[in-house]
Amino acid sequence: MFDDFFIRALVAGIGVAFVTGPLGCFVIWRRLSYFGDTLAHSALLGVTLAFTMEFNIAISVFIISSIIALILIQLQKKTNLPGDALLGLLAHSSLAVGLVVIGFLTFIRFDIMGLLFGDILAVSVDDLLIIWIGGALILLVLKLIWKPLFASTVNYELAEAEGLNPDRAKAIFTILMAAIIAISIKMVGLLLITGMLIIPAAMARNLSSSPQSMVIYSIIGGLLSVIIGLFTSLEFNTSSGPSIITAALLLFILSLFKIKQTIKLKN
Amino acid sequence: MSTDQNILVKLNDAGLQLNNKWLVKGVSLQVEKGEIVTLIGPNGSGKSTTAKIALGIYKKIDGSVEKYTNKVGYVPQKISIDWTLPLRVNDFMMLTESLNKDTIDEALSLTGVIHLKDKNLGDLSGGEFQRVLLARAISKKPDLLVLDEPVQGVDFTGEIALYELIKKISDELSCGILLISHDLHTVMSATDHVVCLNGHVCCSGSPMDVAKNNEYKALFGEQASQILSRYEHKHDHIHTDEGEIKKN
Repeated sequence: MFDDFFIRALVAGIGVAFVTGPLGCFVIWRRLSYFGDTLAHSALLGVTLAFTMEFNIAISVFIISSIIALILIQLQKKTNLPGDALLGLLAHSSLAVGLVVIGFLTFIRFDIMGLLFGDILAVSVDDLLIIWIGGALILLVLKLIWKPLFASTVNYELAEAEGLNPDRAKAIFTILMAAIIAISIKMVGLLLITGMLIIPAAMARNLSSSPQSMVIYSIIGGLLSVIIGLFTSLEFNTSSGPSIITAALLLFILSLFKIKQTIKLKN
Repeated sequence: MSTDQNILVKLNDAGLQLNNKWLVKGVSLQVEKGEIVTLIGPNGSGKSTTAKIALGIYKKIDGSVEKYTNKVGYVPQKISIDWTLPLRVNDFMMLTESLNKDTIDEALSLTGVIHLKDKNLGDLSGGEFQRVLLARAISKKPDLLVLDEPVQGVDFTGEIALYELIKKISDELSCGILLISHDLHTVMSATDHVVCLNGHVCCSGSPMDVAKNNEYKALFGEQASQILSRYEHKHDHIHTDEGEIKKN
């Protein structure tokens, strides 16, 4: 059944969408889109590491992104630079270092475009396993930390005061972010992963009135984007990442009409 | 009363320094079961900071804080809900603890906002939001309630009713309450213990003791002191709702 590369890509994309839906909501709620970007940029280093050491890409990306996240937390404590400057510093320097390292690895042929923007031809059966097992684990952990994470997203002090340990939830969530980037890099490409996280969630915000419904709409939006995007990619021979994100953008634009209606109704 | 078992939270010479500036220093106080302790003091005197120290929100404090319960309800002074978070009152009620429908309805009814249950938090007025915050804090039936100006923005009659409710909760649940309030009348009539802050503990004791204290007079002025001392004379009359005075 998974002989066909397109079926593999579809199954992989659906798996990714199930996870980016809920995580994307938290990325929007906690204003983490640039943080996601930074982790994704650093993924290139992880990829080069995987190639040089003949290691699994997803796992090495996961490790490198987690390390970058740790460095970021340390830098936040030790310098007075504003958060966005630190994020930019790490994002661009890790991308640059990754590209420089690739330049040295002349003995390996790299599909840079595929890395940056996703390549549906590249999804193997192994990748499917990583996406679905990894994805299921991410969702399970997210479910376990939902209460403290959500409460501290609404108000950190309230969560801390009432004994929910928000710092631990935040640390675990950071690891989940590194994990989702690791498993979705082949599908969406490292430059567009944040789009996959925030655009369906932004669309969902326009349609929902409770956190749970926003998560569900976000998953549905992600699934539709993947399906529409991949078929477009197959039909017109475009990169998979940009096709998926464009589909997500169209869904977001459609959701704006719903918002307009609600505002009219209120007036 | 053997006090040790009744203590819910105890601050020992606690203080907090931020960027080499003391926000509050050398605070010792304790809250016991069934007791209402009120923090008063001018703006910037460290009332909210002290409350947060008691709650264990700050990690790097001077001195120490001993907390003997995990069942805590907190009404922060300020809370803003971002538009990106679609949150109804009902969702908010279950933020830190899953509660059943009856418990939620009961708490919302007590603070008079049951009709707002399915409304979006962002659509509430300041006073309505404050009532929801209070309902959420009491719905968990906590051992310790920390209320940071819980009635700000609430209309006048509502204010009195909510303070009565707070007093009632303290009696019924026999929980300890750490209250921050600007309303000296309330402080006097409902409080067991007053701590007057101004970057440090300027004086503390029963409301009467504090009212007589010279430092307190210097901080708040003669007038405030008179407000407090008015409660000192024996009440031989009651004030009716219409503002008339009736002899007992």
